[in-house]
Amino acid sequence: MEKALVINPDKCTGCLQCELACSYENEGVFNPSKSRIKVFTFHQEGRFVPYTCTQCSDAWCQQACPVDAITLNLLTGAKEVNENTCVGCKVCTISCPFGTINYNQNTGKVIKCDLCGGDPKCVSACPTQAITYIDANQTGMEKMRQWATETDNSPSNSAANV
Amino acid sequence: MHYMIVGAGPSGVIACETIRKMDKNAKISLISGQCEPPYSRMAIPYFLEEKIAEKGTYLRHDENYFSDQNIGIVSQAVTQVDSSNDNVILANGEVLSYDKLLLATGATAISPPIAGIDLNNVHNCWTLEDARNIAAKAVPGSSVVLMGAGFIGCIILQSLLKRGVKLTVVEMGVRMVPRMMDDVAGALLKSWCESKGVTIMTSQQVTSINAVNEGLIVDLKDANSLNADLVICATGVKSNIDFLENSGINIDQGIVVNEFLQTNINNIYASGDVAQGLDFSDQSQHVQAIQPTAVEHGRIAAINMVNNNCCIHRGSVNMNILDTMGLISTSFGQWMGVPDGEQSILLDKDNYLYINLQFDGDYLVGVSSLGHTQNIGVVRGLIRGKVKLGVWKKRLMNNPNRLMEAYLASSLSQA
Ligand SMILES: Cc1cc2nc3c(=O)[nH]c(=O)nc-3n(C[C@H](O)[C@H](O)[C@H](O)COP(=O)(O)OP(=O)(O)OC[C@H]3O[C@@H](n4cnc5c(N)ncnc54)[C@H](O)[C@@H]3O)c2cc1C
Ligand code: SF4
Ligand code: SF4
Repeated sequence: MEKALVINPDKCTGCLQCELACSYENEGVFNPSKSRIKVFTFHQEGRFVPYTCTQCSDAWCQQACPVDAITLNLLTGAKEVNENTCVGCKVCTISCPFGTINYNQNTGKVIKCDLCGGDPKCVSACPTQAITYIDANQTGMEKMRQWATETDNSPSNSAANV
Repeated sequence: MHYMIVGAGPSGVIACETIRKMDKNAKISLISGQCEPPYSRMAIPYFLEEKIAEKGTYLRHDENYFSDQNIGIVSQAVTQVDSSNDNVILANGEVLSYDKLLLATGATAISPPIAGIDLNNVHNCWTLEDARNIAAKAVPGSSVVLMGAGFIGCIILQSLLKRGVKLTVVEMGVRMVPRMMDDVAGALLKSWCESKGVTIMTSQQVTSINAVNEGLIVDLKDANSLNADLVICATGVKSNIDFLENSGINIDQGIVVNEFLQTNINNIYASGDVAQGLDFSDQSQHVQAIQPTAVEHGRIAAINMVNNNCCIHRGSVNMNILDTMGLISTSFGQWMGVPDGEQSILLDKDNYLYINLQFDGDYLVGVSSLGHTQNIGVVRGLIRGKVKLGVWKKRLMNNPNRLMEAYLASSLSQA
């Protein structure tokens, strides 16, 4: 059964442990600015929202890539960037409508969540279980994936207070 | 069912893959007018700067990929479509029949009609063949004149510099990338390029090119002539539609398509740089000639070919991202604004930082930026998703950097 990251912002306290764990796992440094998962802060409402790639099924980033540098990991369902193939054109970064694949100026390549090969470090680092890794089909993630697949579905949503 | 796809660029390849995913047994033929395996024009700049070898430009890397997917590749150009008999005629005279046809023949670079444009050391930069020629001639220390500082011109500008050439750029428009940037961003980009040693001439035109001894002399409209070893022409592109004359298929600037990316002939579709598809922003039909649109078209056209027009194309957002020697610029949708629209702008000239948001009422309709890369894709999400901004409109007016927060707030309220 494929699993997915499920994020419950209500439980997030903004401690940034996930960002630290992610940057350490992937970049070897404790540096939130290099994390693939980001916690967004809404000061006015005192809210924190961790956010990262939803591994959408017909992934925009993957289809837009001119050199096939983003491929599907059949075990985890993650869309993974192959650093050796990526030419750093950044077209994936404007194609992903969630803004979750980003250019890394230091390497000249892009980075995104790869579910740490099936053992996401943000999940184990989160002290409040705001981030969990569970069966994909019981998640609200499905909704977001659909959004991503339906090229032409325009969700007319309104921005409420977070 | 025999699906035939003409054109082995990104649009045609995504279409083949989409069909294969939906129908394991269909016969799929990919008619490729080139001798190379399917490759990506977009990767050419990286081939030029020697980041990748020629193979690195291939759209799929496994040698057996297409045969494993049971996609038959035919390396012949189509010279004619006989739509009344569901046939195409190939350059070698062979006739192939199809049940459903997708035309994904892309575009070709065009050159201005000036004397000397056909000379030996004058090249477009559009195909792998062009790239090989440029790579052989753009050697360190050589003088190169680049005609056109549009989007494609600016992309190869960086590759040429990395090859160590002395570069002069001649652009007819009043600023660089005139169709992607406003005056502020265009001027900043120009000064950035100049600080890297590139000569940029805007509002200037090449009038003729002459061969003298080993080199070239490039005559300009309002300035002294330039000496050059190589001239590269990046002045525009044109959809590959010539072979469709007398085919009965409606053509204009590109192939005319409806909301299903279907032509006026029921079993013929078109996608990518050859299709005059719908622009999301102003709902007009035109050729966008960008990669994300080419693959979006390819996917939707394929779904409609297999599943009888079940997927409506509501338009693609025109968008670009450009890296000019480290200065990264983007533009999305109606970056130039709309009548009675509002805008939110933040400029830090010294640090080459710029962000310009354009609103139409409660909606974000366009963005242009310099020096912003993080979470930038969310701009597409906000524009394409027609996300109603509510309270976030005012917040973005106060601080245009909070795009991601604006997006999250609305998508959460939806979930
Ligand atoms: C140097 C360069 C840099 C670029 N950079 C970017 C970028 O950064 N971002 C971006 O969005 N876009 C970029 N583009 C544009 C992008 O490459 C195109 O939009 C994209 O390739 C379009 O895909 P396509 O499949 O529609 O057409 P194409 O890629 O043009 O493919 C069409 C294919 O059809 C074949 N063909 C044509 N006629 C026939 C025929 N009669 N019979 C059989 N086959 C035929 C052609 O040989 C070609 O292989 C760049 C282009 C170039 C040249
Ligand atoms: S398009 Fe975005 S959300 Fe979808 S897989 Fe790629 S990075 Fe993740
Ligand atoms: S930046 Fe890398 S992964 Fe992204 S589209 Fe370009 S080559 Fe592919």
